[in-house]
Amino acid sequence: MIQNTTQSIITIAVIALTILATRALPFLLFPGNRETPKLIVYLGRVLPSAIIGMLIVYCLKGVSIFTGSHGLPEAIAILCVAAVHHWKHNLILSIGGGTVLYMFLVQAVFI
Amino acid sequence: MKAKAFRAAFPYTVPVFMGYLFLGIAFGVLLASKGYHAVWAAAMSLTCYAGSGQFVAVNLLAAPFAPLHAVLIELMVNCRHLFYGLSLLEPFSRTGRLKPYMVFSLTDETYSLQCGVVPPDGVDEGWFRFFISVLDHSYWIFGSVVGALAGTLIPFDSTGIDFAMTALFTVIFVEQWESGGSHLPALTGLGVTAACLLLFGSENFIPFALLGIAAILLASRKRLEVHA
Repeated sequence: MIQNTTQSIITIAVIALTILATRALPFLLFPGNRETPKLIVYLGRVLPSAIIGMLIVYCLKGVSIFTGSHGLPEAIAILCVAAVHHWKHNLILSIGGGTVLYMFLVQAVFI
Repeated sequence: MKAKAFRAAFPYTVPVFMGYLFLGIAFGVLLASKGYHAVWAAAMSLTCYAGSGQFVAVNLLAAPFAPLHAVLIELMVNCRHLFYGLSLLEPFSRTGRLKPYMVFSLTDETYSLQCGVVPPDGVDEGWFRFFISVLDHSYWIFGSVVGALAGTLIPFDSTGIDFAMTALFTVIFVEQWESGGSHLPALTGLGVTAACLLLFGSENFIPFALLGIAAILLASRKRLEVHA
């Protein structure tokens, strides 16, 4: 531990409050007892699909397509997850199988 | 009433259990490697409760004490949460005194569940939504403690285990895609974020991606509202 116990607790508390603030702000700006602006209602409706797309890319931010394995293990595993899920709609198979496949690819194939 | 809501909520949380178990273990192992034992992992998962936020926090704890720096870094990592509440203003207004916890526990995965679920007939919506959130939270705490305890004792190659999260989002993406409606928001999310990642690099791209997504969705309002 580089930071002592007190410093560690302060760091964790500060981080917890920062994360809470980012989550609470929309609810503070648009409280339930007032009508939410139409524009915000619209954004709230279309954002989820866009944000899931964003999160997939966010998960892949450490992947370099120009060096190493060129993102091939990620591309193969994601396509398999999507295809298997489209086919079977079985969450354990899609997520568990996809993760095991990816671990196999990065540990045994693309090394 | 609560038991009924719990039984209705549990099946929705199973995929998050898979993801959080793997990812929580990965976090616990990483935190333990910096000299913080399981109680620290439990405390962080209880109070911070954020996947990427806690992974970044490990690096902040493993560096000299700098709380202001920690705030700025965490704001960058978590600014996407500023947009999450917008989709849940109305559903969460129906959760009564449980609402503060609902807001606190709004992680990426819980957000994606809460946006998609419709409480079954005869089930109390507030408790139904609460149990989804609190189950997810408990999985995360459990995973991180298991990781911190076992990760240092049982040497196993966990490389790639964090792909569980990518797989979970891919599955949600497929389900949203199949649910009909315009594909423009989903494609905007993928395309704009990928472009911002290439343009601005992996440290800074999220705020730009969020602004770009919001701009394109606002510009497409007429088209998308016809679709709805």
